[in-house]
Amino acid sequence: MIGAGIVGASCAYALMRAGVRATVVDRGGVASGTTGAGEGNILVSDKEPGPELELALRSGELWRELDEECGGFEWEPKGGLVVAETPEVLDALTAFAENQRRHPGPAGVVASVVPATSLRDFEPHLADGLAGGVHYPQDAQVQPMLAAARLLKASGARLVRTAVERFLVAGDRVAGVRTGQGDLYADAVVNAAGTWAGSFPQAPLPIRPRKGFILVTQPFAVPPVRHKVYTAAYVTNVASDAEGLETSGVIESTRAGTVLIGASRQRVGYDTAIDYRVLAKLARQAVALFPVLADRQVMRAYAGLRPYSPDHLPVIGPDHRLRNLFHACGHEGAGIGLAPATAEMITAQITGGSPRVDPAPFAPGRFA
Amino acid sequence: MSYDLAVVGAGPAGLTAARVAARRGLRVALLDAYATPGGQFLRGTAPPRLTGVDVMLGQRVWAVEKSSDGFRVHASTTTTATTLLVATGAHDKVVPFPGWDLPGVLTAGGAQALVKGERIRPGEEMVVAGTGPFLLPVAVTLLDAGVRVKEVLEANRPSPRMAAALALVPSKAREALGYASRLAAARVPYRTGHAVVAAHGEDSVEGVTVARLTPGWRPYAWRTVDCDTVAVGYGFTPQVDLLLQLGCAVAGDHVVTDDRQRTSVEGVLAAGEVTGVAGAPSAVVEGALAVHSLVGEPPPRLLAEKARLRRFARALDLSYPVRDGWRDWLTPGTVVCRCEEVTLRAIDEARDLGAHDPRTVKLLARPGMGWCQGRMCGHAVAALTGHEPAPQKRPFAQPITLADLTLHDREDNA
Amino acid sequence: MIEFRFEGRPVAAEDGQSIGAALHAAGIRSWRTTRIGGRPRGLFCAIGACFDCLLTVNGTPDQRACQTVARAGDEVTG
Ligand SMILES: Cc1cc2nc3c(=O)[nH]c(=O)nc-3n(C[C@H](O)[C@H](O)[C@H](O)COP(=O)(O)OP(=O)(O)OC[C@H]3O[C@@H](n4cnc5c(N)ncnc54)[C@H](O)[C@@H]3O)c2cc1C
Ligand SMILES: Cc1cc2nc3c(=O)[nH]c(=O)nc-3n(C[C@H](O)[C@H](O)[C@H](O)COP(=O)(O)OP(=O)(O)OC[C@H]3O[C@@H](n4cnc5c(N)ncnc54)[C@H](O)[C@@H]3O)c2cc1C
Ligand code: FES
Repeated sequence: MIGAGIVGASCAYALMRAGVRATVVDRGGVASGTTGAGEGNILVSDKEPGPELELALRSGELWRELDEECGGFEWEPKGGLVVAETPEVLDALTAFAENQRRHPGPAGVVASVVPATSLRDFEPHLADGLAGGVHYPQDAQVQPMLAAARLLKASGARLVRTAVERFLVAGDRVAGVRTGQGDLYADAVVNAAGTWAGSFPQAPLPIRPRKGFILVTQPFAVPPVRHKVYTAAYVTNVASDAEGLETSGVIESTRAGTVLIGASRQRVGYDTAIDYRVLAKLARQAVALFPVLADRQVMRAYAGLRPYSPDHLPVIGPDHRLRNLFHACGHEGAGIGLAPATAEMITAQITGGSPRVDPAPFAPGRFA
Repeated sequence: MSYDLAVVGAGPAGLTAARVAARRGLRVALLDAYATPGGQFLRGTAPPRLTGVDVMLGQRVWAVEKSSDGFRVHASTTTTATTLLVATGAHDKVVPFPGWDLPGVLTAGGAQALVKGERIRPGEEMVVAGTGPFLLPVAVTLLDAGVRVKEVLEANRPSPRMAAALALVPSKAREALGYASRLAAARVPYRTGHAVVAAHGEDSVEGVTVARLTPGWRPYAWRTVDCDTVAVGYGFTPQVDLLLQLGCAVAGDHVVTDDRQRTSVEGVLAAGEVTGVAGAPSAVVEGALAVHSLVGEPPPRLLAEKARLRRFARALDLSYPVRDGWRDWLTPGTVVCRCEEVTLRAIDEARDLGAHDPRTVKLLARPGMGWCQGRMCGHAVAALTGHEPAPQKRPFAQPITLADLTLHDREDNA
Repeated sequence: MIEFRFEGRPVAAEDGQSIGAALHAAGIRSWRTTRIGGRPRGLFCAIGACFDCLLTVNGTPDQRACQTVARAGDEVTG
């Protein structure tokens, strides 16, 4: 397993449950990549009907189970609230939710329209003048770093802190990896290297970084935000292909009492430098949604690099060039949410089981 | 208007630099968070005005940024300048011990600041503990303020190195002797190889446990001392946040400069404690040298003086290290991070979960995630994970309100 | 000398003194409790670095007592 982020840790855990022993190699240690530089939302609300929504719905169930089996990572089924500034946007949100609800499947999306007058029943501190929103009770949250660490620990996998330089290839199959600490041999290699997963020369993938900032407020005894709250613009930004900066208000509190404020998206390579212009925009959007935050203080900010693929779908499954190599990467801004179902899929593929969610749309060969 | 030089920090280093620069005809802005200039040593005794310098007080600089023609210094207003000098000084370093978060436990510098800057008596009966020569002036200041100083506890033991260090700067040796005789006259015991290893009390300090220490600081032979206040100091930590924001190279806990105070980033100078804790006289010399990197040549005398004071500082640093044995003072329930109330137990649990470095411990157990952003616990958490303490990046050197931050969302927002 | 009020009761301060120093000198050594353990907090570093000393001044929350100069008539709460 290359990568001890949420995806690698989830895979190690699922494999252990299937009786497969994993060694996890990470150059930085657990949660040292994007998993330690994002947020922990587990969302169905922002996903259109399609393969990603299927994966998200399955993941939502699995996160609940993982909390029971393993736990200790602050899983909170707090629900999401998408708010609309204008009646037109509310109409669009309502139509979006309608479409999601029509999505067939064993576990469909649950969503209910919240009229303007009821918004404060959900979020007492929301700004005046919003047109309404849609409530998604299935949206949940975890503390992603703890989740990765707990799952990795529970998997019993050995963690080796070193960089993987390349795959060890024998004919048409991968036999292991060359690391900074020598060669490791395995029956299968899983590439869960997140934003860096595309750069192994023998099996490149079109995965690139999409930078995002998070602002962290001071801690509150009782944070003024209960759900994950975001504006409709978030959904369009998530799906967009723009190069330039996009921001939309995304706000939630954490168990620790802080409020996390996102979300920005930018394609600026592997650069994580702070840009106060972007942070200021995030602050403006947060205060517009929650005016009570205006005189509260920010303590911290950080940037992370979301691993994105050209069609915004994760890359999950056997490599189309080399046997015994599997990819589990490219989850962009949804890797925390999608990790357990990804792990379930990879485990089925490695052990010859049948995946719960159709893996075809995620096949690495689709870019060939 | 844009300045030739913006100086952040009006302590001995920043004040000197601003004064010398103005004399050389530069347009200078001097910013400080405090309402009065002077920094930690001069404490408001500096004149509030400096000829030819725009002194901007009450300005908490939360960020500095490079711009096309210099730097933007963000406080409650934004100041622009071609060259930036960061002279933000240091804060106390304190190792955790059971009860160190009780009211009545103060940092040594804090106790000093309360007497010299605020003109109050920090306590009635006090114990002063920690390591380093700074404990002596603190104890004397407290005595002069009418505090009953019960003991002064130096965790390190006297060494030939200390004597050699003092020999480098005879004025310092005389100063130390002066303090020692003042303590002796007041019958205040100065004990080396001792420390306060716990503080007791319900809502405030009522007493402390004092232990003898092995040379490695493991405690043995405990006793309790009644007191209402404790001052503890284990040296200082340079405040290099603004310099890190600009990407200046660091070594250990401080920023790297050349002999004229130039950092690794073009146009950014640093002087005083941020370049390595060395005290006020060194800060003054460095402040002057910084200006010489802008105009003219540094006088050889200043260069020599700087070298001598630096040697002295390094010798002191080696004589008064923080030794690992302090970890034995802690119990599993001891709070290590005061802000997030993270105990040693929680840190051990994070390590057990695979956190091998301070960053991962922070991500899993939250030490350093609170209000102070690791300023108080950073070195302890690093030590507990077997790492050398290193400065942490802080995009906000001071917290600011969201409302204030919103004002910076445009490029032209100067 | 000026006077401000802490939780309704008068506290004296010298000109230029911080609220934190004035409270400490008046024997008020803690003015807030921590979020998690409810532990008392007052002055610790006295120079604005530790954030132990937070309080509310004239309705503005989370001000550092050691960095806020007391002014006559200030209403201060923990
Ligand atoms: C600002 C922001 C907010 C986000 N919010 C959310 C959210 O709310 N919900 C959500 O679901 N997702 C969110 N995400 C996305 C989520 O964080 C990522 O999708 C997820 O963390 C990816 O996990 P990963 O395990 O694939 O990658 P990573 O966590 O990056 O793990 C990959 C690991 O591989 C290691 N590695 C890479 N190359 C090598 C090599 N050659 N040798 C050894 N090790 C290597 C790295 O060190 C790293 O630890 C957010 C992201 C950002 C940036
Ligand atoms: C609490 C304390 C008490 C001390 N007392 C003494 C003493 O009594 N005697 C002694 O010899 N030494 C004392 N020292 C040691 C002291 O560090 C040096 O003596 C000397 O003051 C260092 O000078 P400097 O110019 O480097 O920094 P300082 O004198 O510390 O000056 C730095 C200045 O920068 C300002 N500043 C810092 N960050 C920002 C920011 N982000 N925005 C705006 N302004 C900022 C501070 O307000 C401060 O005024 C003390 C240190 C501390 C921490
Ligand atoms: S006492 Fe440390 S910030 Fe005020």
